[in-house]
Amino acid sequence: MREINVNLITDVVEKLCIEANVHLPSDVKCAIKNCRACEDGDIACGVLDNIIENFEIADNECVPICQDTGMACVFLEIGQDVHLVGGDLREAVDEGVRRGYTNGYLRKSVVADPVRRGNTGDNTPAMLYTEIVPGENVKITVGPKGFGSENMSQIRMFKPSAGLQGIKDFILEAVETAGPNPCPPMVVGVGIGGTFDKAALLAKKALMRPLDSENPDPFYADLEKEMLEKINQLGIGPQGFGGKTTAIGLNIETLPTHIAGMPCAININCHVTRHKSEVL
Amino acid sequence: MEKRITLPLTEELAKTLKAGDSVLLTGTIYTSRDAGHKRMCEALARGEELPFDPKDATIYYVGPTPAKPGAVIGSAGPTTSGRMDAYAPTMMSVGARGMIGKGARLPEVVEAMKKYSGVYFGAIGGAGALLAKCIKSAELIAYEDLGAEALRKLYVEDMPLVVIIDSEGNNLYEEGRAAYLAKQGK
Repeated sequence: MREINVNLITDVVEKLCIEANVHLPSDVKCAIKNCRACEDGDIACGVLDNIIENFEIADNECVPICQDTGMACVFLEIGQDVHLVGGDLREAVDEGVRRGYTNGYLRKSVVADPVRRGNTGDNTPAMLYTEIVPGENVKITVGPKGFGSENMSQIRMFKPSAGLQGIKDFILEAVETAGPNPCPPMVVGVGIGGTFDKAALLAKKALMRPLDSENPDPFYADLEKEMLEKINQLGIGPQGFGGKTTAIGLNIETLPTHIAGMPCAININCHVTRHKSEVL
Repeated sequence: MEKRITLPLTEELAKTLKAGDSVLLTGTIYTSRDAGHKRMCEALARGEELPFDPKDATIYYVGPTPAKPGAVIGSAGPTTSGRMDAYAPTMMSVGARGMIGKGARLPEVVEAMKKYSGVYFGAIGGAGALLAKCIKSAELIAYEDLGAEALRKLYVEDMPLVVIIDSEGNNLYEEGRAAYLAKQGK
């Protein structure tokens, strides 16, 4: 049994909130640069050049890449041999978000009530996901999620008879419907299977996976490649101004599901796909 | 080739701008997004004046991050304009001609743009650090309680924008994509 004080989790969440919002992950930078090299239209190239210049400014001057510094999605993978001490875990995570968004000069974008609104003033609460895993470590991932792209996400409960073609059509439909709104080039996270709620979580987790990785199942790895290619034939292009680069990545995550169903969730992200992890 | 333009956005200037034009914009603009627009339209409905003179004004749909010490403003890229569609025709009806944002607009907004010679400019979504460099001054003018959504008066220099929808209703989202697909032979 290893004891970990929740104050340590507060400190790490604070740090990760700031770093994730300021420094774009290298796999995302690399994907954007690769797409720039393949793009040929004047406006499309100009947009991608500006996007590259933007993340370089953010890196060098330690300022947020995007003004929508998002809701703080926090994923904790907690080893089953860990005993968390020193206070309430949920409060410790929120305190980390509070400090990160205040000390990092990040935007506070959370309202206390979905209908009656009212900004909470400190970007809390975090969207917290905990998972118990083997071992005695705690892995913390912070993925700030902007809502220009979150608003373009979709979920659908398919009949199994819809099959693979149903999933493929849905992915293209979701990207087509999103159009210029989620700040393309976008990243597409697809969750297939599980239950209604699990499919959505899978789609979110798909966005946290590096863009230079692939699904370990060759069937889904091939589907990732095929759908990215098809999306990039739609012509939406950078910012929707027309061009080849509509998406810079597409990841699929799956789970077993019920004999009667085939849930599919599509979580759309922008080119500022942010996530940062640390293991305690 | 980029066009350099200086505000205010008079009717004459608006009519020279065409969908697909890259522009470098200089002048005074006002920031507002969801909550600010709601308040302004409620004020107009009560017959009250707006916190700024809307004649020939340009509104930037943005909620910036807080300024670091010594900085004019934090990161300041556009938010999705479609959420302001409910308010945009009202704002144009009192003279606010320019809009800066990103994303699609409803047909009724385009109709209002044709009626009032409005122009919809696109700034690059997600390029908040880059766009902040063009902002030379920022002053809070109203609705301070809205935080990031408060109304600010900004002075911008050579802000890089693209005309998405012009005063005749031409739309780069449709034309740019069609042109790309035509080039690919699709």
